[in-house]
Amino acid sequence: MDNLTRRRFLTMSGVTAAGALAVGATQVNWSDLMTAAVRDPLPSGDSVLVVVTLYGGNDGLNTVVPAADPAYQDARPELAYKPEEVLDLGEGLGLNPGLKGLKGLWDEDRLAVVRGVGYPEPDRSHFRSMAIWQTASPATSVPTGWLGRWLDATGADPLRAVSVEPTLPPMLAGATTAAASLPVRGLKLPQGALGEAFAALGKPSPGEERWQAQAAKSLGDLQNAVRVLGGHEAGEREDDEDEEKTKGASAGGSSQLGTQLDLVAGLIEAGVPTRAYSVSLGGFDTHADERGTQQRLLTELDSSLTPFVQRLRKTDRGKNVVVLVYSEFGRRVHANGSDGTDHGTAGPLFVLGEKVNGGFHGAQPSLTDLSNGDLKSTVDFRDVYASVLGGVLSTDPGKVLAGHTGVVDGLLRV
Amino acid sequence: MGEISERAAVRRLNDRLGFGSVGSNEGFDATVARLLGPPTVAVVPPPGLTPPEYAGKKDDKAAKKAANKQRAAQELRLTSWWLDRMVAEPTATERLTWFWHGHFATSNQKVRNAQLMFTQNQAFRTQALGKFGDLARAMVVDPAMIRWLDGNANRKGSPNENLGREFLELFTLGIGHYSEVDVFEGARCLTGWTIKRGATQARFVAARHDADSKTLFGKSGAYDARGFADLAVAQAASAPFVVGRLWFRLVSATPPSADALRRLVAAYGSERDVRALLRAMVAEAAFTDSASALVKQPVEWAVGLLRALRLQPARLDEKTRMKLIAGLRGMGQVPFRPPSVGGWPSGGSWLTTSAGVTRLQVAQLLTKAAELDPATDVQELLGVDGWSARTKAALASVKDPAQLTAVAACAPEYVVSG
Repeated sequence: MDNLTRRRFLTMSGVTAAGALAVGATQVNWSDLMTAAVRDPLPSGDSVLVVVTLYGGNDGLNTVVPAADPAYQDARPELAYKPEEVLDLGEGLGLNPGLKGLKGLWDEDRLAVVRGVGYPEPDRSHFRSMAIWQTASPATSVPTGWLGRWLDATGADPLRAVSVEPTLPPMLAGATTAAASLPVRGLKLPQGALGEAFAALGKPSPGEERWQAQAAKSLGDLQNAVRVLGGHEAGEREDDEDEEKTKGASAGGSSQLGTQLDLVAGLIEAGVPTRAYSVSLGGFDTHADERGTQQRLLTELDSSLTPFVQRLRKTDRGKNVVVLVYSEFGRRVHANGSDGTDHGTAGPLFVLGEKVNGGFHGAQPSLTDLSNGDLKSTVDFRDVYASVLGGVLSTDPGKVLAGHTGVVDGLLRV
Repeated sequence: MGEISERAAVRRLNDRLGFGSVGSNEGFDATVARLLGPPTVAVVPPPGLTPPEYAGKKDDKAAKKAANKQRAAQELRLTSWWLDRMVAEPTATERLTWFWHGHFATSNQKVRNAQLMFTQNQAFRTQALGKFGDLARAMVVDPAMIRWLDGNANRKGSPNENLGREFLELFTLGIGHYSEVDVFEGARCLTGWTIKRGATQARFVAARHDADSKTLFGKSGAYDARGFADLAVAQAASAPFVVGRLWFRLVSATPPSADALRRLVAAYGSERDVRALLRAMVAEAAFTDSASALVKQPVEWAVGLLRALRLQPARLDEKTRMKLIAGLRGMGQVPFRPPSVGGWPSGGSWLTTSAGVTRLQVAQLLTKAAELDPATDVQELLGVDGWSARTKAALASVKDPAQLTAVAACAPEYVVSG
């Protein structure tokens, strides 16, 4: 992919006013509004995909930890977790101590750990690798994201996919349709002459230049989104961006995953006809003093995801939700000299929900049979995408993944 | 597509090399001369930037809160100060300072020190239209950059590749023009440079530096940070990469033709002269082609609107200024807070539903603060080439001058630099 094309994919949203999404005070009204406004609720049998992107290259070996493997202990003595520190999953592997809630889901057989996920000829650039994951095109550059192509293939309604971020992740951009992004400050538009004039700017104008046409279309989409979703009045809460949450802040992504997922849960429960949601957590670009920072981030992931899944399993619609958690690459097996790890290759990926067959999928990469110091991947990430495209979004994966048809067998309950 | 009129070309020059019109009636050549001339507004450092206070013990919540508050206040002051300069400076200096900030993208989210962000910002300004090599050399030892990309953790015997890698990938060469060995050896070159807590300058600690021979791009020597920067900038791939980055943000998302790229690389030259490159860029036919439209980034849109409305952020009341910055945040772009080391997105990424809501709010905020003459022609005021029938119809029903101007500022013809 040339750099100009690549740069168009650098839409990794990071600094976000996610705190403004706080649904607490307005949650009831939100649901009420939703119910009244939604004319076309999601059929209760339709399943929903929630994609969680961990920006920055999460260290997979310290997430699903081969603590019993001497090669692991030798490679990163300062960073390694001892067998008694991790949450045992069997087969010599254990979850990071920050992932207590996920361990509970594992015990209930609702957490799938797909091991050794990557792609051929891995790229260690955050941006190139994230573009590869988001476009699902490892070998060549394509201008569309995998869920964007799903939108293209299955109808042009942007509300069928929603991003809870201020800028659209490339994953959700198709050739003819892009997903809607949910406003961080709430969808509130003025009434009267001003509101009418603003709405009128969204009409297409024949022969208009491409970007101007897209600017008009985005305003049209906005009117549409307000009509269907209703005016969600955001709370007044400010998020304190200055609070030091992470030392690995340089590779994009949002904070406040819990707030994002709260909002998504509200939308799902209200029957909004959205089939795919995108949320993210940033800060995984840790190169130094990694252990504490990563554990804190994984704890945030855990304390956001666990209540989300617990909440959803109580409703019929929620039982059909499948969550996919991934990062652009793992880290080197060996620690660097500053108690961190540098960019590497394969890593584990989580799939969770009531429709998921828990347990291990895919083979654990060897820690001794390495490729230039890096893990050799055992599962192509497109196999996972194909599984959720078919099993969650009921779409022929070949249409979206350029003919790729491999799947992870038995990942989902049919 | 065809060539745009001279009037539209002047408007485009002001959009792309500046932050919109400064209200003078110049022809194309005079506009180029002004924009590429020396800066005219003196740099008075932002007031009240002091080393951040640090809370002592980790469990001292009150002290931590106070320190956070102080840092936030300083960042806000710095951001307002820069927005003010963007509005005031009639040359390309601030526009290019803004470009370099997106190129060497560094966020105060991790740096957490407005003073260091200012130091870096000032380096961008000094070298804005200068020699790229000087800028690159300044950035490998820039204190904010060192903190941002873990330079402190990079020492002899235990390299940390973060800064070296991003320097090659994002700042000088682009993917495919360096090897993993170059990244590793580059990290060794950068060992020894540190930034102490509370310090305003980076410090070279010889004992932490790996002075042994390294091999980069097939050449061996005891390279240091400066040597690393020089080697990278001298690579043949560096010129087309940097030229491409500037073209992408200032001219068009469509890359230059092979012929144009050759001319631009020649103008940039072995001296890596940014001013000469920009002069060549605006002389290219593609610069005045109607197809070369760009979506304005939120900061560019807001600063252009402030200019058109004759509003200077420093003279706005505190509350309006806060709301302006909150609006930029709502649109997804605040200076000193790029989302990642890759900088900000471009094009359609800014045209989201949420950005649309916030854009109208910011436009209303600013048009209310401005003194608008009801007789003013809004097309003239905003310097738009012309309205589509759609926008004319939309504007026809709004009578109040502030509301009319706010809606016009959200029109596709203004949101996009045609």
